[in-house]
Amino acid sequence: MARGFSHVLNSSPLQPGDLQLEIDNVFLAFGGVQALSGVSLEVKQSEIAAIIGPNGAGKTSLLNCVSGLYHPQEGSIQFYNGRPHTLTSLKPYEIAKLGIARSFQNIELFKHMSVLDNLMLGRHVHLKSNIFWGGLYWGRAQREEVENRKFLEDIIDLLEIEAIRKQAVGTLSYGLQKRVELGRALAIQPSLLILDEPMAGMNSEEKEDMARFILDVNEEHGVTIIIIEHDMGVVMDISDHIAVLDFGVKIGDGTPDEVQRDPAVVKAYLGEEHGTL
Amino acid sequence: MESGIFHTTYEKDMALRRTPVMRWRIILALTAVLIFPFLADGYQLTLANQIGIAAIGAIGLNILTGFTGQISLGQGAFMAVGAYSAGLLMTRMGLPWWLTIPIACVITAVVGALFGIPSLRLKGLYLAIATLAAQQIIEWLITHWTGLTGGVEALVLPSPKLFGIRLNTDFNFYWVILLFLIITIIFAVNLFRTKIGRAFIAIRDQDIAAEVMGVNIFRYKLLAFATSSFFVGLSGALLAHYRGIVNYERFTIETSIFYLAVVIIGGLGSVSGSIYGAIFMTLLPAVLTNIGRALGDTMPGLAGVLPFVQQAVFGITIILFLVFEPEGIAKIWRDIKDYFRLWPFSY
Repeated sequence: MARGFSHVLNSSPLQPGDLQLEIDNVFLAFGGVQALSGVSLEVKQSEIAAIIGPNGAGKTSLLNCVSGLYHPQEGSIQFYNGRPHTLTSLKPYEIAKLGIARSFQNIELFKHMSVLDNLMLGRHVHLKSNIFWGGLYWGRAQREEVENRKFLEDIIDLLEIEAIRKQAVGTLSYGLQKRVELGRALAIQPSLLILDEPMAGMNSEEKEDMARFILDVNEEHGVTIIIIEHDMGVVMDISDHIAVLDFGVKIGDGTPDEVQRDPAVVKAYLGEEHGTL
Repeated sequence: MESGIFHTTYEKDMALRRTPVMRWRIILALTAVLIFPFLADGYQLTLANQIGIAAIGAIGLNILTGFTGQISLGQGAFMAVGAYSAGLLMTRMGLPWWLTIPIACVITAVVGALFGIPSLRLKGLYLAIATLAAQQIIEWLITHWTGLTGGVEALVLPSPKLFGIRLNTDFNFYWVILLFLIITIIFAVNLFRTKIGRAFIAIRDQDIAAEVMGVNIFRYKLLAFATSSFFVGLSGALLAHYRGIVNYERFTIETSIFYLAVVIIGGLGSVSGSIYGAIFMTLLPAVLTNIGRALGDTMPGLAGVLPFVQQAVFGITIILFLVFEPEGIAKIWRDIKDYFRLWPFSY
């Protein structure tokens, strides 16, 4: 049924296990509120790294620093794709060109556009046509649209959203919108994929599907994934490595087993009474 | 009417006219506009030409306000830049009329991009006020820079001629406007199914997500201002050559608001909606005037209050549209098409 992925989804040139993202001693404050205090984190090629922590711990703020939406006052964020890039001095659209793609906690799709157009916008950095050829829909502009459509059809197959490809995104259910948002991030051909609560508000069947898609992208295509998620069952199952934030400070880092046994983490987040999951 | 049509290539699936019905609709519309001038009288041709010029200006404004989500109150001023550029290039520099049109478009595009710079920081109502400043500044420059524009005096243009034929008669200029309108429509429709236009819509719907997906917001906002102003300048330049006279009074804030009404009533973010809106907003006052005239013979007392009744009906129509169909005439037309999509077995 599925015809298999015929394009390269992962655009990172690194080997699995190479250092890909290095967050070093990042401080971020909004006025008097200290959102992040000296957070460091290393992410290696082809792993799934999870960031967990209570609400307001600074998880999304940290990822916004990686995307270039926030600029930390101190510390550095280095991204490697054969050579180092200092993300803290780049603009969001320049970071997108490095293949760092993301989804948002509250779905931020282009809701009046069709699913296909949303995915095609994900191809933006790969499209070359200018305004004149675009206006004529001639030559390169048309060829390019058709070629990229083929890539998108691979993603549509992967995420099983064939039936809704021409629907306006605003009319879709929440679960499908989350899936389309993952698709839009994949369309960029990510070297690093950031997912901010991809399963929030889903039922268990939808969560299972989403976990499957995330594992497909990681295992079959080797894409590095950073994920924020509150469902501990999912996080412990799929991640290779978990960082725990609390009040802007990293209080734990390690494999799922290590984190579950860490007393500081248990106290801050997992709950003292239960202790284990 | 659409069932049973399957596409076997992406080229066909992504074409603009995907079904025979769509193709027939276009052929029908084209035939109608080609036959129209031979059947119409002078008054109807004047109205048609006004509609054509308004449609080009409305498509221009819709690119900026409807598709990119940047509210502009500077439409009138940008039209003035187009009209005065065309007029001055012809009278002062002696350029042929057909050459003044593209140059006027480019000048307006540059001016539009310049006044688009505040859009980097300003959104929504704040941007509207910034574009209002553009309107006032340009109006002031036109009326006070007497050495260049002639100030409040009207600028008179020589008649445009092609192979010795005077073009600015209603019948002849109809074809000039039609040609430019078709080019504008084709360009705008294609723009929004390729990279640049898609980025414009993305900025309107969710600017932060667009930036994270690789769209350079500032660059694309300026590009939207420039592209929009290009076509607004075109409609200004056409108006100048059609009327043979350019006067700042035609390009005040009232013009800006008129065009905003056109794109809202026609349909924000719709190329065809811009045309429906132009037709509606041009014909409505004309129809009201004619009704008034007809009634004036039987009810002599009406003549005095007629202008006020017209204004009121005009205003009420706009309000009713905003209340009952905020997405405009384009949405009504879409609903009709949707109804007939599976007709006669729509279950």
